[in-house]
Amino acid sequence: MKKYDVIVIGAGHNGLTNAAFLAKAGLDVLVVEKNDYIGGATVSRNLHEDWKYSNCSYLASLFRPEIYRHLNLAKHGLQVVTYNGGFTLTDSGDYLGSYSDHEVMRREIRRHSPVDVDAYDRYYHQMAKWCRFIRPMLLRTPPDPTSFKFRDLDELKFLGKKFFDLGQKDLYDFMKFFTVSVGDFLDEFFESDLIKAHKAGSAVVGTNLGPRSPGTAYVLLHHYMGDVDGAVGAWGFPRGGMGAVSGALAGAFQEYGGEIRTNAGVDQIIVKRGKVTGVRLENGEEIFSDRVVSNLDAKKTFLGLMDPKDAGEKVVKAAERYKSRGSSGKLNIALNGVPEFTALPKGSELIKGDFHIVDNMETYERGYDEWKDGKWSTNPYLDLLIPTLTDPTMAPPGKHYMTCFVQYCPAKVEGKDWNDDLLKQFGDNVINSIAKYSPNFKDLIEHVEIRSGQVIDNEIGLTEGNIFQGELSLNQLMFNRPFHGCAQYRGPVNGLYLSGSTTHPGGGVMGAPGANSAREILMDMNLSTTVPEDEGDD
Amino acid sequence: MLSEKDPNHWRSAVKYSPFYNKIKEHDYVNEWHRWQEYTTATVLEDTTIEYFAIRNSASIFDITPMSKYRIKGPDALEFMNRLLPRDMTKIRVGRVAYTVWCDDEGMVIDDGTVFRIAEDEYLLCAQERQMEILRRNAVGFDISYSEVTDEIAAISFQGPVTCKILKNMGFKDVETMKMFDVRFFDFPGGEIMISRSGYTGDLGYEIWTKNDQAEPLWDAIYEGGKDYAIRPIGGDALEIARVEAGLIAAHVDFSPANETVRAGHAKSPYELGLGWLVKLDKGVAFNGRRALKKEKENGSRYRFVKLDVEGNKPAHNAYLFDKENGKNIGHVSSAAWAPSAKTNVGLGFVDMPYGEVGDEIWAEIYYQKELKWIKRWAKCTVVKDPAWSPPRKTLTPPEDF
Repeated sequence: MKKYDVIVIGAGHNGLTNAAFLAKAGLDVLVVEKNDYIGGATVSRNLHEDWKYSNCSYLASLFRPEIYRHLNLAKHGLQVVTYNGGFTLTDSGDYLGSYSDHEVMRREIRRHSPVDVDAYDRYYHQMAKWCRFIRPMLLRTPPDPTSFKFRDLDELKFLGKKFFDLGQKDLYDFMKFFTVSVGDFLDEFFESDLIKAHKAGSAVVGTNLGPRSPGTAYVLLHHYMGDVDGAVGAWGFPRGGMGAVSGALAGAFQEYGGEIRTNAGVDQIIVKRGKVTGVRLENGEEIFSDRVVSNLDAKKTFLGLMDPKDAGEKVVKAAERYKSRGSSGKLNIALNGVPEFTALPKGSELIKGDFHIVDNMETYERGYDEWKDGKWSTNPYLDLLIPTLTDPTMAPPGKHYMTCFVQYCPAKVEGKDWNDDLLKQFGDNVINSIAKYSPNFKDLIEHVEIRSGQVIDNEIGLTEGNIFQGELSLNQLMFNRPFHGCAQYRGPVNGLYLSGSTTHPGGGVMGAPGANSAREILMDMNLSTTVPEDEGDD
Repeated sequence: MLSEKDPNHWRSAVKYSPFYNKIKEHDYVNEWHRWQEYTTATVLEDTTIEYFAIRNSASIFDITPMSKYRIKGPDALEFMNRLLPRDMTKIRVGRVAYTVWCDDEGMVIDDGTVFRIAEDEYLLCAQERQMEILRRNAVGFDISYSEVTDEIAAISFQGPVTCKILKNMGFKDVETMKMFDVRFFDFPGGEIMISRSGYTGDLGYEIWTKNDQAEPLWDAIYEGGKDYAIRPIGGDALEIARVEAGLIAAHVDFSPANETVRAGHAKSPYELGLGWLVKLDKGVAFNGRRALKKEKENGSRYRFVKLDVEGNKPAHNAYLFDKENGKNIGHVSSAAWAPSAKTNVGLGFVDMPYGEVGDEIWAEIYYQKELKWIKRWAKCTVVKDPAWSPPRKTLTPPEDF
């Protein structure tokens, strides 16, 4: 009877990253995936004629360059193409553009709010400081602050030194930063509501909190700390859609001898005498291994794939309390041409970037209030992109693909499950919101895929469609992610590991949780690691 | 100049100074770079020729892109005295002060010049943007402040015959202006401001006008200076002159504290050799005073050094050592062969307590000849005075030639 060295449940990008590093170390690794396609939330799917949709995630920035390099992903076809531009449309018919050039950005801010121009510089340097603090921690296992193991103490020392290096004032600011709302944080810099609204979007994306909720400032940083080729804060399109990321990871994994089985949903992780012995598939088949890595979130793993007796009371309770609420939805739209936005000057390149339609902080907060009542936001925050203006591979020539991320959208509509009718209403509200700014938008629509959190949950297993596999609140970060006892990628029984975004450093197409988890597994097996260290920027 | 109010603002990423068209007439090589939002000449014809206009005749350098701010109000003096480590009560109306300003940790945010143009009014001229610094520090003071960068066109007019040319232009008694004096003179379209100041370590003036006076001023200078080998210059020529004069530059010799994100990468006035600007006992809790007092008592981390470097290879980016192949004690931040002083100048920083005047330290210099890299050890002597500091810099009245 075949026994694998490691079985990884779920072929999302973190599962594949994890599996690839393990296979690179010479292990016999099997990835099992319930869907007939790989990638999880990192997919490109062909749902309408010759269009390819990045159905779930739609951008790369956080993906660790060290992983990209050490798994030879370029060789396996991954190309991340950076873009610039983007804008926030205002109710008054104007726009605030995003420019990657600092001086040009200053001019644009001055157009709207002269007093905020220099504040923007201060904001920029403050964020750069926090980025520098956080980024080296991404490819590290968080220390257990209660342990006296040499390695944990050493990591704590590393952390302590980083804190000390911040200096007195920054240390206070930093502690505050982790607990304040994005609204309060931006108030420290900007006076213009438009500029605040322009910045605040990435602090509420995927987050079931409002811009006035404590803790949201960190989410802003989480989206800011990525880079494309060293340009911190830059975002890029994987050529061919997000599936290019999982495709390249799978290519690397397979080259190292790994095996992927699709249509192989796991029913249960088998545990005997406190040790993992393998998995039982939904079709009843059992596959054996002393090590099982779950790439699912903590709720799906401990409450879905394990016998509660195996997981144990503490873990079951913690998993029940673990927050992974759904707050977003998504539309993928096939377009016959490029929509025109009345506010944008003809010929402006800004449309090549991410654009948004909430121009004030109040609207976010009201949208969040509606979500609390189990409704979608009437005036939702939309993160819109037309990747085909940069990437020619995703739609036929002259045609375009638009990805439309929607915040807020409830996991259930006033307690009721989603159905086709509700999805249609939700989608229409979004389309009408866009059409207010773009008169020809509706006429260009060829096909729409409408996705609520529940749809995403059913399809790829993110609980309630939470894009981060669990919220990025301070109580669920670092050594508390997903919760104490499982924060070092190990589950409650021997041989069980976690590799998804439900672990440190959290969500985003980053690959870091999968890589960190692989490092821990190899360490437990006394094998030398294949996982690279952070290459730093100094 | 395309303003951000212009509907076509988004088509252009750069601003053009009111002197741009005049400078462009003298441009042979099309070498320009961006200085803040403006485009500015790197070289117009030949760097060495342009440099010698500074030292031999009269040079015009467009300083419009410098960040300029107007501070006005009953509390203006009190405000400046709180912001700046210098004793501003000593700077009378009609005087200019070179100064730095610091953050609460005593690290230098920027250096610049402050013009006291009335009892209750100052003009602050800085390398970097200061609006946020003004906004945050203005709390509680009865002042108004505004950025006037785009409203004031300015040139730096430097060289031994500049006073003569200004006299030819009819600026009465301009020769009686002492170093760091500022006065207003009649000019078509309204008064213009002339200060005896500059960034070259030589005789020179800075002239400040309204935008629409820029071209008439230029023409008047050319008329007044037609017999004096007058020449507009690019930034490269100025760079040589300022290194020769031992003057520091933001982002070259120091990283402005409010833009510095790496711990320990900013520097204090003491560490920049500008301790003379810091008046701890002026009776005002100015920005950074507590930290600077502590530094004064406990000692600094670095020392700014002016170096006379052996040989003729500029010590660009060189590491400094206590002896040949010895311990790394610092680095050179600016270097140039000084064409007038005929010395090889280096400006840099060494760890304390190295680098006292007269000390010998070593530079590891890398340079390239026909794509081949060569390393040379050069002995450097720490010197007290800048390589170039002629009597004419301060002589009043200046000689005509």
